[in-house]
Amino acid sequence: MTAVLDTPAQDTTPAEVATFQVTLKVRRYNPESEHGDAAYWDTFTVEAHATDRVLDALHKIKWEHDGSLTFRRSCAHGVCGSDAMRINGRNRLACKTLLKDVNPDKPITVEPIKGLPVVKDLVVDMEPFFASYREIMPFLITSGNEPSRERIQSPEDRARFDDTTKCILCAACTSSCPVFWTDGQYFGPAAIVNAHRFIFDSRDEGAAQRLEILNDKEGVWRCRTTFNCTEACPRGIQVTKAIQEVKRAMITRAF
Amino acid sequence: MQTHQYDVVIVGAGGAGMRAALEASKDARTAVISKLYPTRSHTGAAQGGMCAALANVEEDNWEWHTFDTIKGGDYLVDQDAAEIMAKEAIDAVLDLERMGLPFNRTPEGKIDQRRFGGHTRNHGEAAVRRACYAADRTGHMILQTLYQNCVKQDVEFFNEFYVLDLLTDHDLTTEVLSDEDEVNATGVVAYDLATGEIHVFQAKAIVFATGGAGKIFKTTSNAHTLTGDGMALAYRRGLPLEDMEFFQFHPTGLAGLGILLSEAARGEGGILRNSEGERFMERYAPTIKDLAPRDIVARSMANEVREGRGAGPNKDYVLLDLTHLEPAHIDAKLPDITEFARTYLGVEPYTEPVPVYPTAHYAMGGVPTNVEGQVLRDSHNVVKGLYAAGEVACVSVHGSNRLGTNSLLDINVFGKRAGRAAAAYARTARYLPLPEKPAERVEAQLEEMRERPDGERVADVRRALQETMDANAQVFRTGESLTQALADIRGLQKRYANVSVQDKGRLFNTDLLEAIELGFLLDIAEVTVLAALNRKESRGGHYREDFPQRDDANYMLHTMAYRRPTSASDVADGHVEGFFDHVEEFGDYKVVLGSKPVVQTRYEPMERKY
Repeated sequence: MTAVLDTPAQDTTPAEVATFQVTLKVRRYNPESEHGDAAYWDTFTVEAHATDRVLDALHKIKWEHDGSLTFRRSCAHGVCGSDAMRINGRNRLACKTLLKDVNPDKPITVEPIKGLPVVKDLVVDMEPFFASYREIMPFLITSGNEPSRERIQSPEDRARFDDTTKCILCAACTSSCPVFWTDGQYFGPAAIVNAHRFIFDSRDEGAAQRLEILNDKEGVWRCRTTFNCTEACPRGIQVTKAIQEVKRAMITRAF
Repeated sequence: MQTHQYDVVIVGAGGAGMRAALEASKDARTAVISKLYPTRSHTGAAQGGMCAALANVEEDNWEWHTFDTIKGGDYLVDQDAAEIMAKEAIDAVLDLERMGLPFNRTPEGKIDQRRFGGHTRNHGEAAVRRACYAADRTGHMILQTLYQNCVKQDVEFFNEFYVLDLLTDHDLTTEVLSDEDEVNATGVVAYDLATGEIHVFQAKAIVFATGGAGKIFKTTSNAHTLTGDGMALAYRRGLPLEDMEFFQFHPTGLAGLGILLSEAARGEGGILRNSEGERFMERYAPTIKDLAPRDIVARSMANEVREGRGAGPNKDYVLLDLTHLEPAHIDAKLPDITEFARTYLGVEPYTEPVPVYPTAHYAMGGVPTNVEGQVLRDSHNVVKGLYAAGEVACVSVHGSNRLGTNSLLDINVFGKRAGRAAAAYARTARYLPLPEKPAERVEAQLEEMRERPDGERVADVRRALQETMDANAQVFRTGESLTQALADIRGLQKRYANVSVQDKGRLFNTDLLEAIELGFLLDIAEVTVLAALNRKESRGGHYREDFPQRDDANYMLHTMAYRRPTSASDVADGHVEGFFDHVEEFGDYKVVLGSKPVVQTRYEPMERKY
């Protein structure tokens, strides 16, 4: 979901904005530290601007207070998918969440995303997540000779899977899913979204194989339509709808 | 320490690295080493499109594309390379489509194309629809498609591994070599972020595809991780860097933030306006207006602000107006960038113009290569077994100013070429011995940094660097401003010797890596400023207010910068007295400037008008 400022643009230039104090309560874990294998909470108060995002506050902590605070980030504007974390109990990208939209009057809690092994502080092991992704054959499957020009696809056929092409593999959806929390074997929403992206691509011939994979006991039927994934998706993908479409395709074999 | 042997090692997993990997791994045992998970690479942030003269929607041909690229680069482009790129662009786009890339389509189902800055019909007559695109996330779709195909081809990745050294069989910083001497790349040394362990990779061929260095500037569209690692490593090992003074400032960064808003916004009809509502590009580029090349638009914007016609309370930005476009059209063609405006500035582009200002975007310069992607150790000799492609490289298809969409094209065309050449070379080459202690330098560097007592903060030195670069080496430059930047950088290099990290651990120590990356940034900023000081003319992205004209008589040459010990010769390859003979000493090393000829085929340099 996207936050929208309610002040006009003229008031948001950096020179104009007021500063305020914000407190972050960060879930930490560092087996090399004195805390050993025990996770703990650490609280920091930093100065922030109204246009700052949670990532800015984390950087401020790391760069000015505690260099050992560890998190992933790269593009800092919501396209690379590095910094999914649990902010005030909800999965979001730290670089796309404005402090002012998560009520900075109270301490903001920041935790690693759930369901994946924590490596250090806010960093989790992404391998199980990517393993599920790889399993659904996330690539175009075709037969016969390659055409000499492009494959033809109508704008309508292209639009059919547009929504699921937006996925940045940040894991916000999968790690918000209660089924995934309790059963790490479940493929999870992100893998299904990426299967959807190919199943409904008119150029692809691998839908039957992918549906077979997702028909598994750890597959698409584990979804309980709680909609956490749809709410968590920073790209606004209708994740639950995509999962429903895959379920339907499995029954009707129409895609 | 672990050691590995691969025929081909590719460093970097953005567009160029993965395109190279898809090629190399067909024929050779290939490993890709990347400091990020591949899908986190900044190729994914590219938005607007990838040009190729498919002529799907109107008449076009690759010769026009070649011409536009050369003119766009203000004639510092190597014309043979530009011709290859424009010609192979067509297959590069079709390759991606066959790999599954979901391009937007025409009503007939062909790949759709749209207008982009500097791309014209028949040598400048009017804007042409040449950019193939997938909404405004073309880079995202390229990165995803390449990664998907790497999964399909079972390419082997070492993710979150930082390459921190390049191994060669000659010390290029100190040895005096003749044309007959053969220099070979033999391997790389990498640091595994998760464990802190060192890995040595011995390889027959190495491809550098590590991307750019935008973080030398404060206002930039670049990711935090774009710290010029590959450029700096090559440079420190004695390889030259080419044309580093040419840095592109993208006209439309979100004001105050630098987040990129694609040129596609103007390709789809968006208009730049000043505080008076005037479409000011009509004055600067009467024919193609808002779709002039980026250097011209960025300068025009900065000039509007400087002359008091900036918008906003501080009059420090201009406005990108999309309000005359249909919301449905915006949603279909520009969904992501309009979302950025809403999220980060709270501006609704349907009804309000978006505040924009130039943002540091792309290094035209880099590690010099020939058209096969082989890295040069001077103006004409290659390092055997070493290749580079993408933003880290300078081939040079972009000259002094890159046209929009040509970077996505560059990574695909030259990534493929480098990967193919590396694999072909590996078939006949053998593994060469590594030094007795190949990781010695890296281990010493890391230990020394980790164990330093309390000193300066990395962030303070980095911020000071970025601020001086923004203030003194941005769109407008003078001898004075650049001299100031150089003095600042020199001071910061001294402070860098005292920076310390707080995290002393082995596991996932990003504090330590940020300190190492800062060292790369300082070296890249230093050479950028030196090359800019030396080039006393204005060309493309490099604008010297004290020398506002292009000077073909003296500067129609690529800059080649070499880092050498102070005891080495003051004369570099391509020494031209009075123009490319600058030497700058920095304590225990110096930077020596030389040059390399520009390859000209059929296009005579002309005055650049749009």
